[in-house]
Amino acid sequence: MKRALVVLVGLLWLTPAAGLLVSSLRPARAVNSSGWWTFGELTFDGYAKLLSDDRMLGALWNTVLITVPSTVLVVVLGAMAAYAFAWGRFPGRDWLFLVVVALIVVPVQVALIPDAELLGNLGLFGSIPGVVLFHVAFGLPFAIFLLRNFFVAIPRELLEAARIDGGSDGTIFRKVILPLGWPAIASLAIFQFLWVWNDLLVALVFASPDSAPITYAIREQTRSFSSNIDVIAPGAFLSMLVPLAVFFAFQRYFVQGLMAGSVK
Amino acid sequence: MKRAAVFCGPALVLLAALVVYPIGYTIVRSLFGGDGESFVGLANYQEIFTSPETLTALRNNAVWVVLAPSLVTIAGLFFAVLTDRIRWASAVKVVIFLPMAISFLAAGVTWRMVYEADPDRGIANAAIVTVHDAFADRPPYPGARLRSTEDTAGRFAVVGVPAPADGVQATEGGSGVVWLDFAPGGGGRPGVIDPGEKGLPGVRVEAVRDGKVVAETTTGPDGRYTLPAGDHTIRLPDSNFAQPFNGVDWLGPSVVTPAIIGAYVWIWAGFAMVLISAGLAGIPRETLEAARIDGASEWQVLRRVTIPQLRPVLVVVWVTMVINVLKVFDLVLVLAPEAVQADANVVALQMWRVSFGGARDLGLGSALGVLLFLLVLPAMLFNLRRLRREG
Repeated sequence: MKRALVVLVGLLWLTPAAGLLVSSLRPARAVNSSGWWTFGELTFDGYAKLLSDDRMLGALWNTVLITVPSTVLVVVLGAMAAYAFAWGRFPGRDWLFLVVVALIVVPVQVALIPDAELLGNLGLFGSIPGVVLFHVAFGLPFAIFLLRNFFVAIPRELLEAARIDGGSDGTIFRKVILPLGWPAIASLAIFQFLWVWNDLLVALVFASPDSAPITYAIREQTRSFSSNIDVIAPGAFLSMLVPLAVFFAFQRYFVQGLMAGSVK
Repeated sequence: MKRAAVFCGPALVLLAALVVYPIGYTIVRSLFGGDGESFVGLANYQEIFTSPETLTALRNNAVWVVLAPSLVTIAGLFFAVLTDRIRWASAVKVVIFLPMAISFLAAGVTWRMVYEADPDRGIANAAIVTVHDAFADRPPYPGARLRSTEDTAGRFAVVGVPAPADGVQATEGGSGVVWLDFAPGGGGRPGVIDPGEKGLPGVRVEAVRDGKVVAETTTGPDGRYTLPAGDHTIRLPDSNFAQPFNGVDWLGPSVVTPAIIGAYVWIWAGFAMVLISAGLAGIPRETLEAARIDGASEWQVLRRVTIPQLRPVLVVVWVTMVINVLKVFDLVLVLAPEAVQADANVVALQMWRVSFGGARDLGLGSALGVLLFLLVLPAMLFNLRRLRREG
């Protein structure tokens, strides 16, 4: 009885996504006249149409161009700062760390207007670097928090030994901290990657049609939902593939990251 | 380490410039008008609490905060307890967790299709209508009406429906007949069974005496029915012609917010489940066993033993969800059709709409941003206190 319920819940949870997948393989006129569970004719036409659309392809590429640098920068800058917060000694360190932790939950809405002006003054508004900068800034608090807690647990002797061997801060960071901190760094990278890949709000505010990611492009189509369904359903499904692949490949790190506590 | 400033410098500069300074700027900006020239004091805040648009958003946010975090936590607890100690259940856990990885946009598109109002296309209504019709007969001829309410010798002339696809010629006989009084191609006479006029099968017919139904039957393929003779009147109950139950208008103005919350629970239940499962693994099994040996039912074990011990993790999940729910934006934007977006509005969405969606009232937008910031402040303090305690 309990087991049957488990299976039932699993099926129930799978149904909406299965509906999207099947719908993305049905011709628009079928989607608009009958339910996906009737199947009928299946075709890759929607995907073909999507992949021959330069705007959609460009948007997909923009998503990559935004997500990869945002992730790399957050990991690198976050790890460096976390190292300083974990093992550095400077006035106000603990107090500054509290501020960083406080910033984790700050809603982006409170910064959208001034940052739009700021990036505008730098000539970055509407460009990919502008979108990246915003993502990096709002990704850093969680990154520093997560990594600092992990780095602090690295045994002191390991760092001392490296220092006695004549290692500079940079060497210790590269040779000791990064290799030992790998699990936390992997969790962080996955989270950051998914947040940025899946983002819509930041893109709507800071991107222009030329620098727009796939979420932005699909959202434009959803404004007339039924008539564009032949592009929306395959587009939404395609945009899910990369996050799902990342999730399945790195499931362990994903769950570890969640466990590490506070999430934005 | 010697050069701490070099290591944390870049991150702190970015945080100062793009997060901390903007908070101050937005607070000041919220005291100015849309153009940014005139100081208006608290007028923007006053507008938030008086204009119907933002009041709807505030009310919806309240509904979100009351419903969503609790539902997510309850769903997560349910799944965690349900899958606990079943080894193969980890596959199901992955399925429940999967929506966490996809964007609100993709989830929004997915659920827009789930909530499609037409029960032939949206699976939510298809399911509800199927269950409903299993208990109540579906009206055979919705929207049809009788040509005349007067029953002439058990003959009922019906109009206003398309002819049954495999209909047969109506014939007189039995106790009476129900037929579609419409001759294809024209030339039919009202109230007379002309050649080509079809019988209506499956119509319920009742014999009534003193307000009580004494006999009932349904019509055959040619529209004929037979009822025992007697001192009664014959009628066709209204249920024959009633509109069928077509489910719920999920994305209509009245239930759109709860409907979107349903999609939200689908996304986040996996998150709660994973955290609560981990908490569950940390509970000493002896406490549960002891309660069972003392004769407690599973429900009592859950309520009196498991939940109290899970309390810390349940609180963390709930607080995290409150923070998330306050910021909900994309899901509402994508899932609510344009026409009901005003009814589904939330503060984060309204902030974007007034600041970047045409009106460009940056004063009001800033005030809404500050409001969101103030709303997450208690959660921020909760996080800081937790950090202090742990460390």
